Amino acid sequence: MADVHAAGHTILVVGGGISGLTTAVEAAETGYNVLLVERDPHFGGRVAQHNQYFPKLCSPTCGLEINYQRIKNNPRIRYLTLAEVVDIQGGEGNYTVRIRKHPRHVTEACTGCGDCSKACTVEVPDPYNFGMNMVKAIRNNHAMAFPVWFHMDPEYAKSEEAKQVAKVCPVGAIQPEMPPEEVTEQVSAIVWATGWKPYDAEKIRPYGFGQYPNVTTNMRFERMANVYGPTGGKIVRPSDGKEAKNVAMIQCAGSRDHNYLPFCSRICCLASMKQASYVRNQYPDSKVTIFYIDLRAMDRYEAFLQKTRADQGITWIKSKPARIEEDAQGNPVVIGENTLTGERYAIPFDLVVLATGMEPNSALAGKVPYQGAAYDDYGFVTGGVLSAGCAAHPTDVASSVQSATAMAMKAIQVAGRRG
Amino acid sequence: MSVAKKIGCYFCTGCGIGDALDMKALKAIATKEQKIPVVKEHAFLCGAEGVAMIRNDLETDAVNAVIIAACSHREKTAEFRFGIELFDRVDLRDKCLWVLDVKEGDETAEEDRQMAAEDYLRLGCVKIKKMNIPDPFLHSDGSKDVLVVGGGLAGLTAARDIALAGYQAVVVEKAETLGGKMNNMLKVTPDNRPPYRDLTDNFIGDLIAQVEGDNRIKVFKNTVVTKTAGQPGRFDVTLKSGGTPLDIRVGSIVVATGFDLYDPAKLPGNLGYGSSPDVVTSAEFEKMAKAGQILRKSDGKPAKRVAFALCAGQRDKAHLDYCSGACCIYSMKQALYVIEQYKQEASTFLIYQEIRTPGQMEDFYRKAQDEGAVFIKGDVAKVTANSGGGVAVEVKDHLLRGSESLDVDLLVLATGMVSTVDTIDPNVASQIGAGRDELPGSVLNLQYRQGPSLPRLGEAGFPDSHFICFPYETRRTGIYVAGPARRPMGIAATMTDATGAALKAIQAVEAVAGGVAVHPRSGDLSFPSYRPEGCTQCKRCTEECPFGAINEDDKGNPLFNPARCRRCSTCMGACPQKIISFANYSVDMISTMLKEIEIPEEDEEKPRILVFACTNDAIPAMDMMGRNRGKISPYIRIIPLRCMGSLSLVWIADAMSKGFDGVLLMGCRHGDDYQCHNVRGSSLAETRLSKVSETLDRLKLESVRVKMMEVNIMDADSLPKAIDGFVEQIAKLKPNPYKGF
Repeated sequence: MADVHAAGHTILVVGGGISGLTTAVEAAETGYNVLLVERDPHFGGRVAQHNQYFPKLCSPTCGLEINYQRIKNNPRIRYLTLAEVVDIQGGEGNYTVRIRKHPRHVTEACTGCGDCSKACTVEVPDPYNFGMNMVKAIRNNHAMAFPVWFHMDPEYAKSEEAKQVAKVCPVGAIQPEMPPEEVTEQVSAIVWATGWKPYDAEKIRPYGFGQYPNVTTNMRFERMANVYGPTGGKIVRPSDGKEAKNVAMIQCAGSRDHNYLPFCSRICCLASMKQASYVRNQYPDSKVTIFYIDLRAMDRYEAFLQKTRADQGITWIKSKPARIEEDAQGNPVVIGENTLTGERYAIPFDLVVLATGMEPNSALAGKVPYQGAAYDDYGFVTGGVLSAGCAAHPTDVASSVQSATAMAMKAIQVAGRRG
Repeated sequence: MSVAKKIGCYFCTGCGIGDALDMKALKAIATKEQKIPVVKEHAFLCGAEGVAMIRNDLETDAVNAVIIAACSHREKTAEFRFGIELFDRVDLRDKCLWVLDVKEGDETAEEDRQMAAEDYLRLGCVKIKKMNIPDPFLHSDGSKDVLVVGGGLAGLTAARDIALAGYQAVVVEKAETLGGKMNNMLKVTPDNRPPYRDLTDNFIGDLIAQVEGDNRIKVFKNTVVTKTAGQPGRFDVTLKSGGTPLDIRVGSIVVATGFDLYDPAKLPGNLGYGSSPDVVTSAEFEKMAKAGQILRKSDGKPAKRVAFALCAGQRDKAHLDYCSGACCIYSMKQALYVIEQYKQEASTFLIYQEIRTPGQMEDFYRKAQDEGAVFIKGDVAKVTANSGGGVAVEVKDHLLRGSESLDVDLLVLATGMVSTVDTIDPNVASQIGAGRDELPGSVLNLQYRQGPSLPRLGEAGFPDSHFICFPYETRRTGIYVAGPARRPMGIAATMTDATGAALKAIQAVEAVAGGVAVHPRSGDLSFPSYRPEGCTQCKRCTEECPFGAINEDDKGNPLFNPARCRRCSTCMGACPQKIISFANYSVDMISTMLKEIEIPEEDEEKPRILVFACTNDAIPAMDMMGRNRGKISPYIRIIPLRCMGSLSLVWIADAMSKGFDGVLLMGCRHGDDYQCHNVRGSSLAETRLSKVSETLDRLKLESVRVKMMEVNIMDADSLPKAIDGFVEQIAKLKPNPYKGF
């Protein structure tokens, strides 16, 4: 490929989850220069936290690895981690972007040997596992983390121990005093791919998340089912560590509801079916009950619904449960009315998983710092910059990749324009 | 390339390598045994100074080929990017130091680890000696134009985007007009733009005008593709335009032929299609709405009471077993047409199984409810024509738990979408030469040895492969299917899909122009070549290529199409004559490598197990094992393969003759939910392996000495047990009697 595209024609991709990674590699492999900016210490975003994808029940790491290889092999892609876009000026074809680089306290010289983590005695709740376990204050998030460089918690960096730990590093990569930095970049197109955050389940008061330990959320459950998660992949009750063999999944927890998220997040039905398979595969004598309003298994995913339905260990109750209480044994009891039979129910479970929806990061801390940015009522990005994946719509992985590839096209149309 | 190789081997002693290993002995092997002219070490090779040392040697021409003996090839790739093809990484850290089960101070174990490191060094040295610089495969007469088959919404969108990106597009439409099914559409739903409640005007006319007005787009109406020959960059396509044949050359292809509606005549009887003219399909209803008046077909009276039966012939094993994804939304749209036309007098009923309005389209569902559409969760039990026109629809209501009868003027059946792309089942071997036959109605009529159609995935028959992570990847390089031709989808999704497919199409032409591979080995310059005089016309390569890259001549010799090739090397593994090779990857290379591994004498009681591991999933899993410091037997030696599909049985025979006690193969998951990035590589390897018993029998060895396992990239934790389990099993057998021969 001839090097025809000058540096000024760079495409900025904000967010290094599956959407941002896809936009970056697809645009770069078409011959364009890309700057990929990720807020977290590592790429992979939300999908990297998932145990498996539906409907194939395969690991997200498999596809991520190919994308990481494509990034590693492609000099057209520059990337920044722990970085945030703080200001955008100008317009299509000619943006000036200010990016803040938060200190990692570990330089790119890091070889990933892990000696520092071993030497560190301070543990903090693991944000990657939603605080369900403790991790060292200097670490990398998981064994497949890319880039591989470790990172140090900012609070820990201020400690006396951090200075001592720095001395352990054989390549002198640890810098507790690393300052934040700002860089300015000229880019011609911007693709916003900042993804989503699980909806704050504590806001759904009748379901008692945060109050009852055995009420959890789908994303937490995803980590729990993962072999590198807080329980090493064992599905257990948070209260007593007992095997959770009677599990409820509550669909539309805080979704399709004007009190919370009015829209449908598209993935939760299928994700719960997938999670039901985690339970059923781990404990052959387990039972899963799925409470739902509508089962949304669009197009080819219908086959996954049929496959899940064939499992006699799964019970389906069409109902939006009214509330959850806790019985004397610490079992969460799901209470409501079955709309197909008209019967009222109060069923105790070992564990209840709330299928909470997606809140776009662009509605929270990840707003586009640009005057021309436009959003819909829910905070999804609709204009000013290009938006891909869950920054634009609540979508599944395949649709995110579709959208991200399309946005690579829109971006190169701008970046390729001359004069 | 005729320039003599000047190899430099650079050792890193950092990350504990220098402490754990006898570097002097390693360097002696590089220098004396392997005759590497330049051998250096550095305590921090990936640091600025270490990298500068290597760069300096390259710039002063002291070396032109580089071995980095340090960490895994997946690490420090930016630091060790020198822009040279003769390059290899020897992994002394991740797969040696970090995982071999060695207690510090245990001299025997430390010696075992040293032996492993020395063997890995030998493998790297032999590999680079056997490696040649690939000359990229370049066309002199290639095209960067993109053929778009289908001039409906998907095709027009793709063509427009190709042109806006600065490329030329050729649109082929079989009908007399562009626009496809959108032409019959009154309004469109607001899937993509807020407010998500309001219908918008049909924009297809604007899109048609934009495409027809763009001089970068050539449009052929009344035209079909009768033949597609060649390969990306040089597809030679024969069109039949109004009866006249026409040949064009294009670089890549977007297939956007859309969908047919499921034949309503095949619908189950309870839906009543054909029993009264007042039972219509959604498409028929849309046409009528577009024409202006929503009327009963039976007598032309206003149709004010309209029922919609969703999932008609869908989500039904006897008909379409999938959901078309768009019908809930378009049926609501059609209900709004009735309400708009007849205001207070309108009554609309949507009889549904599950309402599927994902994302922000939940707002549109609310709008339909707000406007008075009635939603009934239930089944249509029976439809009876009323004598005075209209029909009685008997509904089994799941929520009210009873039957009711609705007298309506019209019953609209939401029938599903069926892809118009002809596909083949890739699990059924194609007839030799099938590619030369024309298949009537085939969208592309590919002149491929594996047949004229696109390979499909799964029972539903969608023409794609890795539809979660890489939805555009078909199994025919440079050909991308978009819109409902790929999988059922609505208007907004179709446009997004077409735009994405257009990008993939221009990416493919750029890759071909640069002589490099596309996904998954993006950027790879190597491609297969073969020695014709050795060919026995067994046709295994042409049959097995997962991407249909190889054609055949009349005698059955392979005709390689390098631009179709994804460089998985399955052909190389398939060839019993060992005549297919890549400049930097060959049967001979791996054979020579494995023969270089030192096999201890039988009485030393140190078995040797050879592991062939797929570089895409098994190798990263092993690196992960390294990060977690999983412990495995120091008796194993790992050779990464591009894909398990490249496995040659010769290697197994060589390993056994050399005295290896066992061979373990780690490929990706195969079957319906395959994870093999080359689709069939690991499954073909397993099939091939079923014939290995002949080799073992001939050598009088036990068949358990060779084992294949499926490794998932997340299996790092279970790998030590799996590997050591195999080592233990082998240890129970007598040592391979061929040791020392």
